[in-house]
Amino acid sequence: MISQLTSPRLLRSLLPAFSLTVILLAIFYLQPRAMSYFGLNLLLNLALPIAFATLAQMCVITVNDLDLGIGAFVGFVACVGVTWLNDQPLLGFLVLAASILAYGAMGALIHLRNLPSIVVTLGMSFVWLGLALLVLPTPGGKAPAIVTAVMKFKTPFVPMTIYASIAIALIVHVALKRSAYGAVLRGVGGNPQSVARASWSLVRAKITMYALAGFFGVMSGISLIGLTSAADANIALRYTLLSIAGVILGGGEFVGGRISPIGAVLGAITLTLAGSFLSFLRISPDWQIGAQGAILIIVLALRTVINRSEARKLA
Amino acid sequence: MNDMSRPIVKLNSVEKNFGAVRALDGVDLDILPGECLGLVGHNGAGKSTLMNILAGIQTPTSGILDFGDGGTSTNHNVSEARRQGIRCVFQELSLCPNLTVTENARIQHPGIKGWNWRARARELILGHLDEIFPNHGISADDLVGDLSIAKRQMVEIARAFSIVDSDIRLVILDEPTSSLDATIADQLMAHVRRFTGAGGSCVLISHLLEEILTTSDRIIVMRDGDVVDSRPAQDFSRQTLVETMGSVAKDLHEFDQNTDSKRSEETPYLSIYPTEAHRGISLNAHKGEIVGLAGLSGHGQTDTLVRIYDRRKQYGIEMAFVAGDRQSDGVFPLWTIGQNISISSIRNLLNLGLLDLKREHELAEEWRDKIAIRTPDVNHNILSLSGGNQQKALFARAFGSPADTILMDDPMRGVDIGTKQEVYEMIRAEAATGRTFIWYTTEMDELKHCDHVYVFRNGQIAADLSSQELTEQKVLHASFEEAS
Repeated sequence: MISQLTSPRLLRSLLPAFSLTVILLAIFYLQPRAMSYFGLNLLLNLALPIAFATLAQMCVITVNDLDLGIGAFVGFVACVGVTWLNDQPLLGFLVLAASILAYGAMGALIHLRNLPSIVVTLGMSFVWLGLALLVLPTPGGKAPAIVTAVMKFKTPFVPMTIYASIAIALIVHVALKRSAYGAVLRGVGGNPQSVARASWSLVRAKITMYALAGFFGVMSGISLIGLTSAADANIALRYTLLSIAGVILGGGEFVGGRISPIGAVLGAITLTLAGSFLSFLRISPDWQIGAQGAILIIVLALRTVINRSEARKLA
Repeated sequence: MNDMSRPIVKLNSVEKNFGAVRALDGVDLDILPGECLGLVGHNGAGKSTLMNILAGIQTPTSGILDFGDGGTSTNHNVSEARRQGIRCVFQELSLCPNLTVTENARIQHPGIKGWNWRARARELILGHLDEIFPNHGISADDLVGDLSIAKRQMVEIARAFSIVDSDIRLVILDEPTSSLDATIADQLMAHVRRFTGAGGSCVLISHLLEEILTTSDRIIVMRDGDVVDSRPAQDFSRQTLVETMGSVAKDLHEFDQNTDSKRSEETPYLSIYPTEAHRGISLNAHKGEIVGLAGLSGHGQTDTLVRIYDRRKQYGIEMAFVAGDRQSDGVFPLWTIGQNISISSIRNLLNLGLLDLKREHELAEEWRDKIAIRTPDVNHNILSLSGGNQQKALFARAFGSPADTILMDDPMRGVDIGTKQEVYEMIRAEAATGRTFIWYTTEMDELKHCDHVYVFRNGQIAADLSSQELTEQKVLHASFEEAS
């Protein structure tokens, strides 16, 4: 029993929760007033859109690809959200649905033509950015009232973001880690040849994961405008790197289909909090990006230590 | 089961070509119900290709697969093979390392789904593991990537024998015991007997001839893409099997006249043990010698070449490496032919620290003419060449470099016969100028160009043959395990 509790596999899966707890405790220590409904709401305000973007990135990483266009895509969704979705809801809805299909088609193209995903998604990021500028040339617009109402809804005990994060983390966990088809989807990342030899369609799996990424990208953009109520084409460009960092911080790996949806959501929240934590430490914004990088390096170093101890155990 | 005398699959003059290479040359084969069919043959005999065709992974260039039940299939594919109840345990493991044992069982069986799929998959795989390998010590929730190679192999085998929705009629085992210890291998062979006793069929490929002789009902021997013999197992002995695998009239002494041994000098130019443990016979190379590494593929030849290359500083010898797997570690696909040739010689082409483009071009032109790379212009992309000419460019890269020793990792894979002859001549000419070659080859014919041959088995050298002693029989005997 004890050996099970100290097994590297368990330690590894607890690492994201551990990093989040440490950073949360540090914030509460520095700023006890943050330990309130209002304080948590402020701290976690932007966590939900980042969590969605991270899940989108995780879907693509599951099948051994990388999405360098997710930030621009979220920006595009935000621009559609504050214009068409508000003025002509049906048109807006159709455009968003079509963009999810476009994501799925991108997955099919990458797989069938055997293209590097980095190149295709980076190219697409400029397409999304251009489309966003066409839809909304100058910052502005107005988010649909219902989206704003949902995002600003006051839930009992703790802020809405916490309930929503738990809910989406559990739903995606069940879909990818517990369901029967989820095993096949992760298998594509682990050993595509073996999955194909069991007569599964690889292209179907890729389309599924890319379309899911598109869906989470849309959710990210919509939840973002619910908070900001206006948008701008460049609003979410930094999400691309944040989402990759979130997946890795959450215990995912770039190749091999090793991912954790719960970890990814925790990773996204940790990254959101890291910014506030550094402000509380009165670190000048000039140094914040570097300090965020340092946090990432510390967590990854911890993971390497755990992996090494595991390798030693096997040897 | 159905009629015991009707074959479950009948292959009718099945042929398979890979470009210019003929892998299967019109194979006729029946597999009967309740039969364990042993399949032996040396490298490149066509065993794996034949099994891949049965499993639906490759489609034959021509020929017919007849499954008896009217299911004559010309475009046999993976799902069709599964429908016919054919399963395969591949030599290279085909499990997903990031998934648990249970989840891997699920991937094999699309039929396991719905709410309690996890419980059913767990029961299925554990049931078969318990049946085949009692006391296996594997938990259904273990990640496959965390298991040892032997345990992975056990999971893979148990998975292949597990039944969900369709019956299993034929299980193909390609070198299933290569990573199992003797006790577990015996458990597997006992299970194969039980399985065939109950009316199922097995094809067993193994380099352990004892295993084949004791487990199979019938043994077929393949050579050069064809079935050359098929007899009940008791009609074969170790000796006759090895003899049948070799070709009868092949003479490996074509160049005997000019191979006055270069081994007269007392100290070898280069000497290495294939294992860290320094056990067994060491590999020695003398200056100007062509040393051949033989044996079944995957028995440590490539690893030894890499070990030699890694120690080039220690030996103080300049070395060049000719890769066999052109796509993954040979050509730079975005570069021109000339750049691909000159990359190993760049240190000699510098002018004040910068690359002298004129000399680079001259080097490429020189080698294009010497080795006859068929291209109008060395500035064309390397991929504009045929496979054989790409390989020539890789030889030019090694020959054009200042290296004294050239390591070759089965470089003639998929190369046409004309190109081969030209390259053999180049190698002999270069060796005459004092260059040393260490040449891993899977083709018996190429060994006759070597001055000295080491036969590998299980990561060690099993035989040390000079060109005078070299015969195909000796190589085959050393490649296959001695009776223990």
